[in-house]
Amino acid sequence: MKKLKLKKHSILPGFGLSLGFTTFYISLLILLPLSMIFINTASMSWQDFWTTVTEPRVMASYRLSFGASFAAASINVVFGVLIAWVLVRYSFPGKRLIDGLVDLPFALPTAVAGIALTTLYAETGWVGQFLPFRVAFTPLGITIALTFIGLPFVVRMVQPVLQSFEKETEEVSAILGATRLQTFRKVILPEIFPAALTGFALAFARALGEYGSVVFIAGNMPMRTEITPLLILTKLEQYDYAGATAIAAVMLVISFVLLLLINGLQWWTNKRIAH
Amino acid sequence: MAGQIPLQLGAKKTKSQSVTEPPWVRRVLISAALLFLALFLVLPLTAIFIKAFEQGIDVYTASITHPDALSAIKLTLLVVVLTVPLNALFGVAAAWAITKFDFRGKSILVTLIDLPFAISPIIAGLVFVLLFGSTGLFGDFLFEHNIQIIFAVPGIVLATLFVTFPFVARELIPLMQAQGSAEEEASLTLGANGWKTFMRVTLPNIKWGLLYGIILCNARAIGEFGAVSVVSGHIRGLTNTMPLHIEILYNEYQFSAAFAVASLMSILAIVTLILKNIIEWKAAQREQQEDVV
Amino acid sequence: MKKKFTKFSWPVLTAALLLSACGGDGQSADGEASGSQESVELLNVSYDPTRELYDEFNEAFAAHWKEENGQDVTIQQSHGGSGKQGRSVIDGLGADVVTLALAGDIDQISKAGLLAEDWQTRLDDNSTPYTSTIVLLVRKGNPKDIQDWDDLAKEDVSIITPNPKTSGGARWNYLAAWAYADQKFGGDEEKIKSFVGDIFRNVEVLDSGARGATTTFVERGIGDVLIAWENEAFLSINELGDDKFEIVAPSISILAEPPVAVVDRVAERNGTTEVAEGYLEYLYSDEGQEIAAKHYYRPRNEEILAEYADQFPEINLVTIDEDFGGWSEAQAKHFDDGGTFDEIYVPQ
Repeated sequence: MKKLKLKKHSILPGFGLSLGFTTFYISLLILLPLSMIFINTASMSWQDFWTTVTEPRVMASYRLSFGASFAAASINVVFGVLIAWVLVRYSFPGKRLIDGLVDLPFALPTAVAGIALTTLYAETGWVGQFLPFRVAFTPLGITIALTFIGLPFVVRMVQPVLQSFEKETEEVSAILGATRLQTFRKVILPEIFPAALTGFALAFARALGEYGSVVFIAGNMPMRTEITPLLILTKLEQYDYAGATAIAAVMLVISFVLLLLINGLQWWTNKRIAH
Repeated sequence: MAGQIPLQLGAKKTKSQSVTEPPWVRRVLISAALLFLALFLVLPLTAIFIKAFEQGIDVYTASITHPDALSAIKLTLLVVVLTVPLNALFGVAAAWAITKFDFRGKSILVTLIDLPFAISPIIAGLVFVLLFGSTGLFGDFLFEHNIQIIFAVPGIVLATLFVTFPFVARELIPLMQAQGSAEEEASLTLGANGWKTFMRVTLPNIKWGLLYGIILCNARAIGEFGAVSVVSGHIRGLTNTMPLHIEILYNEYQFSAAFAVASLMSILAIVTLILKNIIEWKAAQREQQEDVV
Repeated sequence: MKKKFTKFSWPVLTAALLLSACGGDGQSADGEASGSQESVELLNVSYDPTRELYDEFNEAFAAHWKEENGQDVTIQQSHGGSGKQGRSVIDGLGADVVTLALAGDIDQISKAGLLAEDWQTRLDDNSTPYTSTIVLLVRKGNPKDIQDWDDLAKEDVSIITPNPKTSGGARWNYLAAWAYADQKFGGDEEKIKSFVGDIFRNVEVLDSGARGATTTFVERGIGDVLIAWENEAFLSINELGDDKFEIVAPSISILAEPPVAVVDRVAERNGTTEVAEGYLEYLYSDEGQEIAAKHYYRPRNEEILAEYADQFPEINLVTIDEDFGGWSEAQAKHFDDGGTFDEIYVPQ
């Protein structure tokens, strides 16, 4: 009977059923499998664990994964805000089409994106042959793949904020003598900042774990173009289960922290939209 | 709400001349945005179709009607048919529990639902190997009873369930939160039972959001590569999904065939985008009607 | 307290339910395969460059088996990097037979208890019905004038080879280079390491599997030279035209022995031991050897090898057993974490 204290009284039915099913499903599909990472890692000593997750090759993969994801998410913030701005504020032919196309990276399988980008940016590819430097099989190629998959996040976060933005504020700013650039920096930018930051964090989190689009274009060289998710697989292929799960545990903790951060950011964004 | 973008609703437009940029600035900005999109979206998409037809229509049809390609298509459809309804059901149940009731641990639950968005697909695959692999927790039991979970269809389904798990729930939670419970409460007070209330009141209200979540879930289930690649075993004609089949063709020098299958998947992606836009439009329409009422 | 208990019992309960749910599925699917006598299914888990070989051999064997035993046999194939494939078999990929790139990977499977430790003595010639070697594939006209391993250590040469950590073929590549340096420097280990190090510093792309490396070199046009399996090098020339590439045979290379074995525990469970053994033995038959030679593997059968002598360049070949003390020793010394490859490749 104590159970009643679990929730506030509501006349709606189905609490036990829906929450029960939800908890059951999450435990089965998410918690139980994920706990395996920690159970397997727990069999290592702290010393072994630390050595495994900080060996030079692993450190190099963190640097690459974080660096490329950060670069890709940053590119996406700049162009994402630009695209959102253009889509909300200006009209031009084909705008509806472009708007719909922005979500392509969500709908296109990552492996398909991977082979398409590799074909374009390889030295013999359509784009690659005109570039004086190499793109495919370098960190630059990885950044391009990660930019592709993270492209919609910032656009779709910033767009609704710009749409609900009260133009009166801008008008007031203009009347008070601010230039257009000043208005943008002082009035508009602070308004879209939380949304852009959330978009950045989403794109970053997605890029950090991405595998399908990257493996084709990366070249996968240890110390140079080997991303952390690939290193987990490589460890497995060397029959090093402990090493693979240890690195996976580190990634998992990072994902979790990012997720909490994103939820915090999103709460901030929503508050902004609401007010 | 990691990794997902809420349903876009049409915004009311206002126009005012004092707050826009000179035409040349507008043109420069539009060009920059379009150039970026052309380079990153249009060009890869075009490349897929051109590469697919490079060796002619015969090679194209032969590639997509090859027995291995057909079995990959069938397996992908089977995975979709199994995972999407399950995750849709879960999404509705989770959204109902979270938005209609207050209970302890709710925010933890919401964070857990988001978790698969933030986790690398490789880890999503790895956990099932640790769980069901021969060296894993249930390894010996499974081997003795000749039950194949990973490197077989159940493993592929589980990994896909894992990565597509949040899509529907994530779409419904904000929607149902915004709608509140007043209509359901009224219906119950008027004597309808719980099930009837859900079918007649809740479902019509969340129809478009639900459909939208299902479409996103569907697109990801079709295209998942990393997680499925870890648990597949790559047995041709048996455990290769469409994305894995593309990888195999690509590694066998059959580039045109790889791009032919890739073009099929791109068409699916484009259909997804069209459906998504239709739904957004319908949902926006509904919003406006409500505004009028 | 009570509440806590219920919370933690969830995972256990769900696991039990999941198992029973999946149990039904799995059994019904597999029951068909092992139950019937008229048809039987085999899963051959192999490494990357054997796709074309086994495509043809599987057909030949199915016809042969049908004739001899009146039983239809369907052979499923799975290909990937040798290490990845070995890992999958250990994790439960139900392979009746494995045909991998090196004995070390099958040793790992045997360590996991899936087949007997002495597996390599069960069939002739170290359980390797065909052998291969490592050659250098260069672009037509050999613009960088690459003739031997020395030329790979020069500064302006860009090399493609797969990663020895994950690819069986790449381990043979590494050992072949090592064997050459060993003779050149009369066994001076420091000099050997610096020579092999020079070669690996020239590596432009280190793919995880042999097939990926070939694609990078052949299709992407990266690198001056690909260190590759002989059969893979021939295949590239056949698939993509001999006006584009040339094979260079180095003065010393290694006798690469890709072994085959029945995975006892799986075959026994599936009731396929007999057909699995027949399958591997047929690789030694005249027809099997002929097919191997056609796909540029060097057959063990002397007569058939003589027939195809034209296509295989003569190379001075060292062997893993005589020159490197067998696979487990070579693996521990060169490829385990902290081995010579790490010393050479990972800057400390």
